[in-house]
Amino acid sequence: MNTPLDITPDSAPGPQDSAPAAMADARPLFWSVRRELWENRSIYIAPLAIAGVLLFGFLISLIDLPDRRREVLLLEPAQQQAAIERPYDITAMMVMVIAILVGVFYCLDALHGERRDRSILFWKSLPVSDLTTVLSKAAIPLVILPLLSFTIIVATQLIMLLLSSAVLAMNDLSAATTWTQVKFFQQTVILLYGLITLALWHAPIYGWLLLVSAWARRAPFLWAVLPPVAVSVLEKIAFNSSHFGSMLQYRMGGMFGKAFAFDSGGRLDSLAQLTPGNFLSTPGLWIGLAFAAAFLAAAVRLRRNAESI
Amino acid sequence: MWRASQYQRLQESVETMSCIDARGLRKAYGTTMALDGIDLRVREGRILGLIGPNGAGKTTALNAMLGLTTYQGMLRVLGLDPWTERHRLMREVCFIADVAVLPRWMRVTQALDYVAGVHPRFDRAKAEGFLAKTTIKRTSKVRELSKGMVTQLHLALVMAIDARLLVLDEPTLGLDILYRKQFYDSLLNDYFDHSRTIVVTTHQVEEIQHVLTDVMFINRGRIVFDCSMEEFEWRYREVAVHPQQVEAARALKPMHERQLLGRSVLLFEDADRDRLAALGDVRTPSIADLFVAVIGNQDRETPGVRR
Repeated sequence: MNTPLDITPDSAPGPQDSAPAAMADARPLFWSVRRELWENRSIYIAPLAIAGVLLFGFLISLIDLPDRRREVLLLEPAQQQAAIERPYDITAMMVMVIAILVGVFYCLDALHGERRDRSILFWKSLPVSDLTTVLSKAAIPLVILPLLSFTIIVATQLIMLLLSSAVLAMNDLSAATTWTQVKFFQQTVILLYGLITLALWHAPIYGWLLLVSAWARRAPFLWAVLPPVAVSVLEKIAFNSSHFGSMLQYRMGGMFGKAFAFDSGGRLDSLAQLTPGNFLSTPGLWIGLAFAAAFLAAAVRLRRNAESI
Repeated sequence: MWRASQYQRLQESVETMSCIDARGLRKAYGTTMALDGIDLRVREGRILGLIGPNGAGKTTALNAMLGLTTYQGMLRVLGLDPWTERHRLMREVCFIADVAVLPRWMRVTQALDYVAGVHPRFDRAKAEGFLAKTTIKRTSKVRELSKGMVTQLHLALVMAIDARLLVLDEPTLGLDILYRKQFYDSLLNDYFDHSRTIVVTTHQVEEIQHVLTDVMFINRGRIVFDCSMEEFEWRYREVAVHPQQVEAARALKPMHERQLLGRSVLLFEDADRDRLAALGDVRTPSIADLFVAVIGNQDRETPGVRR
């Protein structure tokens, strides 16, 4: 072959630039995620707002904390712990629920809004692949929101702990009654583990929402919700069974039984109750992740073809 | 495998040295042929005006070149296949698809940050320089800018990218004449340097006539006219014929005849200049006049035919 090798166009791909290419791919991904946060400020404002509301409520409750604590200390040890821990658990739960809601509505709009306002023509005029774009959008509910929730929850709980310790100390009560019952480090580890397993378990849900958002010309929320509901109802009427419905239910909260070994009272009291081995060997996890990958791949294809609507 | 395709691509680019190369480009929407076998070649360093009536296939052709839509046939832009290699192509190609596609929530600084972040050939200082000549505030959101300012911002972003091809699809649609003038002036003065290529579609043909080096007419998904501006200027003549010489002028087979202020204006292709001069006042036609002649004749020849 007598191809003139000395004439090499600078855009020609070669095996030697696959490593720098990987680095070059990370940069657009980073900036794409950043721009999602610029556009959708509710991603961090909503969890922060709910944390603020919870803190405010906790502040008010501090007024009669010493009296309540004296009563609580008369209870059985198990009940003592439950009563003292409750506000901390509620905080974590509320922030997580809000983060899931934000993630759901974010995903429904992520690939729909850019077609609606025609800004897709601007995004596509830049050297960012459709894969990078879809991955950056999937990273919001799967990586960013769990990390944000974790940070916000831990910070809020820490503030609550310090405030209640101060109030108790001023009223001649030992702050140790809180610190021994709320095992802060242990709870933090459980929280982080829970957020990671939940994100992995919910990945196909977010994948589905992104797919609908890339496909629907209008009303992505209805397109995302109505078909599963329709299938459930149809199955119920036609076969008087509810396999599809229970499958959906399993996908929503089925991971808790796999990732944790709750005690007889349905409580988590030690790190020994975390069962990552059990979670990782659940077929539902891997089937779910396979679905998530398929949904995202379909979303990438749809975005390649996407035109403004 | 990559080697074979690389050599093939290399050979193609060496042989042609063209920026855009299309052969038998087709695109159908259902039964409508938006592109009906387009052959075109745009060499580097040219400014091509792609002119056509609404629905002629201009935007579809540009979208194919930009990897925004699928197509049949052969198409290479800067040696790349736009559909499969869009994000690679976009390192060297910029486009402004109509005004008002910049995201409305974005701040000016965010737009600069973002493009600087994702585009390896973006020169931020240059963009800041262009913006300094405008009244756009850095902290403004796009939604707070007027349509003209959004275009200025978009142009500042695009001109700061060291690209080899710039595609403009109706870039000045809906702008007032001051912004339109400014737009093409800065494009010529601050951007174009004969190593870059620009492809532009517009309805305001008169305004860009002096800017173009090449012109193509597209109608019903086909290229019906393709000519450089040098060629255009010596091949086409328009004569405002003296009333008594109309019959003699018509005998020279004009492409087109129209009435202007009570005189017949005839358009000639490749006609003898001395003979034309005897018939009346001779001048170079505008692209718009030639467009009306070419497209008008074509539509008359095939009345009612819609593909």
